[in-house]
Amino acid sequence: MSSEMPSAAPPAPDLPLSTKTPAPGVITLFLAFAKMSLAGFGGVLAFARRGIVDEHRWMTAEEFNETFALCHFLPGPNIVNLSVVFGSRFGGIAGGIAAFAGLVGPPMVLVMILAVLYAHFGQLEVLRHILAGISCGAVGLLIAVVVKMLMPLLKRRDVAGLILMVAVFVAIGLMRWPLQAVLLVAVPVSLGITFLMRRRVKGQAKEQVKA
Amino acid sequence: MNETPNPIWSLITTFGLMSLFAVGGANAAIPEMHRIAVDVHHWMSDRQFADIYAISQLSPGPNVLIVTLIGYAVAGFGGAIVATLAMCVPTAALAYYVSRLLRRQTKSPWPAIIQSALVPLSIGLMAASALIVAQAADTNWTAVILTLAVAAVAFATRLNPLWLLLAGGLLGLVGLI
Repeated sequence: MSSEMPSAAPPAPDLPLSTKTPAPGVITLFLAFAKMSLAGFGGVLAFARRGIVDEHRWMTAEEFNETFALCHFLPGPNIVNLSVVFGSRFGGIAGGIAAFAGLVGPPMVLVMILAVLYAHFGQLEVLRHILAGISCGAVGLLIAVVVKMLMPLLKRRDVAGLILMVAVFVAIGLMRWPLQAVLLVAVPVSLGITFLMRRRVKGQAKEQVKA
Repeated sequence: MNETPNPIWSLITTFGLMSLFAVGGANAAIPEMHRIAVDVHHWMSDRQFADIYAISQLSPGPNVLIVTLIGYAVAGFGGAIVATLAMCVPTAALAYYVSRLLRRQTKSPWPAIIQSALVPLSIGLMAASALIVAQAADTNWTAVILTLAVAAVAFATRLNPLWLLLAGGLLGLVGLI
């Protein structure tokens, strides 16, 4: 949810590089990610940042942002990517697996318990009402995330971006077209536009320098 | 379809493929999960999908755990584990290799270009997610008002989202929704 977004990083408490602690082992990685994950209601990113940068000092805030940026542009669950990239940086493939297992394992057990409860009691009137209320709240949280992400586009008056956004919304939300088909068209189009816009901005900057 | 495919196999192919197309993370892939689970395979009803989404948001951990719940609904504990791994492993492997590649040459402008090109697509996808879950969840006017109120509070404050979900559950419990 909201905290999964690449929000503007809070200014790092000024830590010289030397205060970074030594590389964590496999068990430490597993436990650290399990702890962050189980604390992470409504998204783990904020807790991962706190754990990795502030608490354990395994990375500086800048290193963390760079790693997260990489995981955000790749497809798939961002925080899962982050755990694997982070873990493997310290402990190779074993470290990546340990961090991933810590992130996903314990909350997955919890979710499966909830799944069993839902399968048994999901039709109870009381639970139906509670879940109806929670569903509304969950949709509200998602809307807030969308609006927060939308603000920078509106402020920049990024017309091309806004048109692409609406086109994807219509194709997926209203037309219900398959994701792959929509993205196979939308990703190249968006890449092309972004690339051309950057070249134009650069060209303009050069002309200004000349003038 | 003439034959019934093995549900475990359907889970692996569905989420393995989705993993590589889930631009913007698990919450952006909700429409595709809904399309496949409700419309294509009839694994669950619209209402059940909204319930599962609510449960996944209520639990701690990464948002991707909604896939665990879909897997459980389809094929029990085995389905839950298989679906989760199928959704995570392909993209995690990709992230592992790309991160090793990028550590060698970081001067390339392409990561930044790709990232900013994907932002509007992610927002469009997440807006579609909100619409699809809302269509199942917001069945009456009080529900719509609650949704909008939660959106406003979550936008304007830094309140832990868990409290907003629990407040929604409480209002549901006393019969307002």
